[in-house]
Amino acid sequence: MKSDIVLAGVGGQGILSIAATIGMAAVDKDLHLKQAEVHGMSQRGGDVQSHLRVSSNPIASDLIPKGKADIILSVEPMESLRYLPYLSKSGWLVTNTTPFVNIPNYPEMEVVMAKIAEQPNHIAIDADKIASEVATKRSSNIVMLGAASPFIDIEFSALEEGLRKIFGRKGDAVVESNISALRAGRAATEEILASRN
Amino acid sequence: MQKLLLLGDEAIAQGAIDAGLSGVYAYPGTPSTEITEYIQDSKIAKERNIHSKWSSNEKTAMESALGMAYAGKRAMTCMKHVGLNVAADAFINAAITGVNGGFVVVAADDPSMHSSQNEQDSRVYGKFAMIPILEPVNQQEAYDMTYAAFEMSEKFNVPVMIRITTRLAHSRAGVVRKPLLDEKTVCLPKDPTQFVLLPSIARRNYKKLIETRPDLEKISMESPYNTYTDASDRSLGIIACGIAHNYLMENFQDKALNHPVLKLSQYPMPRKDIERMVNECDKILVLEDGYPVIEELLKGYQEAGTPVIGRLDGTLPRDGELNPNIVAAALGLPIEEGDVVPDLLVGRPPAMCKGCGHIDAYKALNIALESYGPGRVFADIGCYTLGALPPYNAVNSCVDMGASITMAKGAADAGLVPAVAVIGDSTFTHSGMTGLLDAVNEGTPITVIVSDNYTTGMTGGQDSQALGHLEQIIEGIGVDPEHIRVFKPTAANLDEMVNIIKEEFDYQGVSVIIPRRQCIQTLRNKSLVLKVKELGL
Repeated sequence: MKSDIVLAGVGGQGILSIAATIGMAAVDKDLHLKQAEVHGMSQRGGDVQSHLRVSSNPIASDLIPKGKADIILSVEPMESLRYLPYLSKSGWLVTNTTPFVNIPNYPEMEVVMAKIAEQPNHIAIDADKIASEVATKRSSNIVMLGAASPFIDIEFSALEEGLRKIFGRKGDAVVESNISALRAGRAATEEILASRN
Repeated sequence: MQKLLLLGDEAIAQGAIDAGLSGVYAYPGTPSTEITEYIQDSKIAKERNIHSKWSSNEKTAMESALGMAYAGKRAMTCMKHVGLNVAADAFINAAITGVNGGFVVVAADDPSMHSSQNEQDSRVYGKFAMIPILEPVNQQEAYDMTYAAFEMSEKFNVPVMIRITTRLAHSRAGVVRKPLLDEKTVCLPKDPTQFVLLPSIARRNYKKLIETRPDLEKISMESPYNTYTDASDRSLGIIACGIAHNYLMENFQDKALNHPVLKLSQYPMPRKDIERMVNECDKILVLEDGYPVIEELLKGYQEAGTPVIGRLDGTLPRDGELNPNIVAAALGLPIEEGDVVPDLLVGRPPAMCKGCGHIDAYKALNIALESYGPGRVFADIGCYTLGALPPYNAVNSCVDMGASITMAKGAADAGLVPAVAVIGDSTFTHSGMTGLLDAVNEGTPITVIVSDNYTTGMTGGQDSQALGHLEQIIEGIGVDPEHIRVFKPTAANLDEMVNIIKEEFDYQGVSVIIPRRQCIQTLRNKSLVLKVKELGL
């Protein structure tokens, strides 16, 4: 198997928790993994991205080449478009629809959403709303992981196990809340896919 | 053995711990910070009481680590590339003293300047100091090389440099550990004069250092990290240094690479491998994530011999980080790029956090400066450098750690009124104190704003060496206590802040203004909040 994922968002939105969860699952399944993160200045509200590569074969580069990503997983709608050159023709763009507006010139939402809808393979869900309903708003990143999970070639139970390990130190309540968020995100995507068939 | 999922930085840290490290000394700096943080959090390091507290700057860190190596124990110092400039005096001379316990220097470079002012290549420093340089291609090599570096240092009586770049520092992958070694015990150098660099002794030591060259070249030839892979198409040979090798191989995952490749991860360069490629190939492509160090060495200035291509002739971009696509383009391989980035995309530059005290300080400063005009504020390295961006447009320089105070001094000497410096508490104790002394000794009319947030904010909230005694330090340097003004930067205090700043602009001597409020990113750090409370701040 091979999943090359570009994680996108804004500094502080929790894309590294998504990466850590997939990473934990990959290590448990004895898969190879490389995950390039952004630390430092950009974490102060700038655009951030992480290249996450999981494969049953050894991985050469920490960075995904352009046109090779299987998934763009974005926790913010405009940011999902920033990495389009990386998405393969058959890849999936999976994004949250709640914007993170910390700049004065954020584009019109309709224009952003229209551009996302142009992608042949896209899933756009309101992860903040879903997170507020099933867990807490902070878990919208994990909702997005759930939403992308049907396209990641790792068993869903392994992702749940990953969450248990990542959030275990914070107690059962936090773990269960995140697992609810994960499941709700997956259900949202499955519903969209079913409606399109 | 269970694989650990580690950042390149963390792999270095774990490798050092497992090699019997007794102390790490460092000042935070992206992308090197996580090395020391990992050791601070390590269970083994705590049990062994491995030193891991932050130093005031890279020079004090380098010297402390050298002192530990003098005492026979294994020591490491870690810094970002520009930190090595600060520590350069100690670094170059540590190659002349040699070591007793193993001494490892980690330099984390930042090509593309993700979080830096330049993209200097630390391999130049390693060569300058004439010491071995190890440049891992992945996290496992980062671990293995660090693990072995201490023994190499002891065997050849030199510090050993580990050079990484941001991409490896901040990329995670599985790492398999080796057995945990015991720490060394205290033992003095056999020769009591070894570390006394009086000219007569330094000359002797330097000759010894020169004499290690053939040995160091020999171990580079024998190194498992330098590999020569021959292939049929010798119209081109490829030298791939460090992480550049990954980008090369990424392009050949599903097809054969028919050109000879020298993977280069240990320096000095393996001379025979280089000679072989020069003799057997028609042309050589050099891939380096950083400066064209090897390319320039091979190319020379006479344009004779085997043609060398890379960053200098435009085959690769002259600056910036490499990636698989840049390497593909250099090799003439097609790139299957996805859709273009739509025009609607706008940039999202980093910014100071909502509610940050620096913002309130800048608002007051901008108002106080209105009657003087722009161009009078010298800033420094930290979150407050972001005050250069709109909507604040509050600062006019950011050069190196501590330069705010000294540049303001020079500008004041030139007649600029007022000359203002903006520096953080941690940057002040890193490199601002000595410049302040210069200004005090001359009574230079400057206004220094030490924006105090109790932490080293930009790198993630590490300890500030100024915490709890900032005013005492400033007073001790000789600033008149009447002109050390402390206030809490909040919207409600705006008028008071503006008045204080204006009053100090009028003072014909050194003023230090301290807007003081805890970094909002650290408010969840319970131990810091408690400490601040205990100190009555």
